[in-house]
Amino acid sequence: MRLTEGHAATRILAFGDYQPATIVTNDDLADSLDTSDEWIRSRVGIASRRIAGPDESLADMATAAGGKALAASGLSAGDIDLVVVATCTPEAPIPNVAATVATRLGIAAPGAYDLNAACAGFCYALATASDAVRAGSSRHVLVIGAEKLSQWVDWTDRSTAIIFADGAGAAVVGPVTDPQGTPGIGPVVWGSDGNMADKIFIKDRNSFIVQEGQTVFRWATTALHPVAKRACELAGVDPTELAAFIPHQANLRIVESIARKLGAPQALVADDIVHAGNTSSASIPLALSRMIERGEIGSGEAVLLLGFGAGISYAAQVITVP
Amino acid sequence: MAMTQEEILTGLGEIINEVADIPADQVTPDKNFVDDWDIDSLSMVEIAQAAQDKFGVEIPDEELKNLTTVQDVIDYLHKSDVSA
Repeated sequence: MRLTEGHAATRILAFGDYQPATIVTNDDLADSLDTSDEWIRSRVGIASRRIAGPDESLADMATAAGGKALAASGLSAGDIDLVVVATCTPEAPIPNVAATVATRLGIAAPGAYDLNAACAGFCYALATASDAVRAGSSRHVLVIGAEKLSQWVDWTDRSTAIIFADGAGAAVVGPVTDPQGTPGIGPVVWGSDGNMADKIFIKDRNSFIVQEGQTVFRWATTALHPVAKRACELAGVDPTELAAFIPHQANLRIVESIARKLGAPQALVADDIVHAGNTSSASIPLALSRMIERGEIGSGEAVLLLGFGAGISYAAQVITVP
Repeated sequence: MAMTQEEILTGLGEIINEVADIPADQVTPDKNFVDDWDIDSLSMVEIAQAAQDKFGVEIPDEELKNLTTVQDVIDYLHKSDVSA
């Protein structure tokens, strides 16, 4: 039997993002919930969030972000041979979102699958995409994190309605072809613990998302900084060399707590949650794409990604900004 | 080694100062976390975790609702430490 030949190293060629147009402020929520702008800001750090319109599907948002990343990569649709969509909020179990997105972007007959690792999904998808290129089973991969959490939120439950939102982010992954080039995607550190499956869940198709806030908060603020540090260690990048830290935008207090324990005081810490809300698997590429677009992080700089959430599951890796 | 109530109070003063920016000398047994300092449920989790790290006594999430004053925390830690 013969095997494919891959590449020693991979990199991200470009990012893309998409946010729905509708902005829901804390005051909007306070009209119907027993809450206030001050309460929401102090508990979760969110000022406003974006919610998809009734006719705006998950595939619409994923296509928009994916198309933007593809255009920015300089590649053509024909160069992509694998599309991975990380999501935990598809409208239905089948068909998957990835094949639909690929077709809409004019990518003919790529490998296409959805991946569910909840809020850690983008980091999982990025790792599997990188491994596919390294193994030679793909040449260029379009990786998308997209969520329409608004359709799984009980808008009368103030513990979740204030947090979750919609959006999408994407990245194009390809090989490092220059023999002198340095790797752009570091080793992934990933894991899970099914003992905590009942801490963040949606019971069935007629139910809404439920979260044990205190337990999740304690887990996130105590168990994850070692994962983040381990990803730096495996990549050979000291935390003090990071230009930015992009943890999943779960809750600003979790973000700030992990950042404090990381030991990277110089790193810019993503706070996209303030105006984007918690968009699960979309939050990391959404935050990163927008930070790069605003010129806050420069080409070639090292950035640490850390996804974590329901499962529970988590994953982290260091990447280099394209 | 069993801790005295004074040792626990001193340790809690440091923790509450770090988590909630309350001067350590204002951390006295009679203080109520919500009424006196407006400390919310997530900060209570941080205090409980820091106390666990410092004293080696676990304070489960389900116990937090019963701990409304500094004295409640002292009693819980003291009782668990002695029985451990």
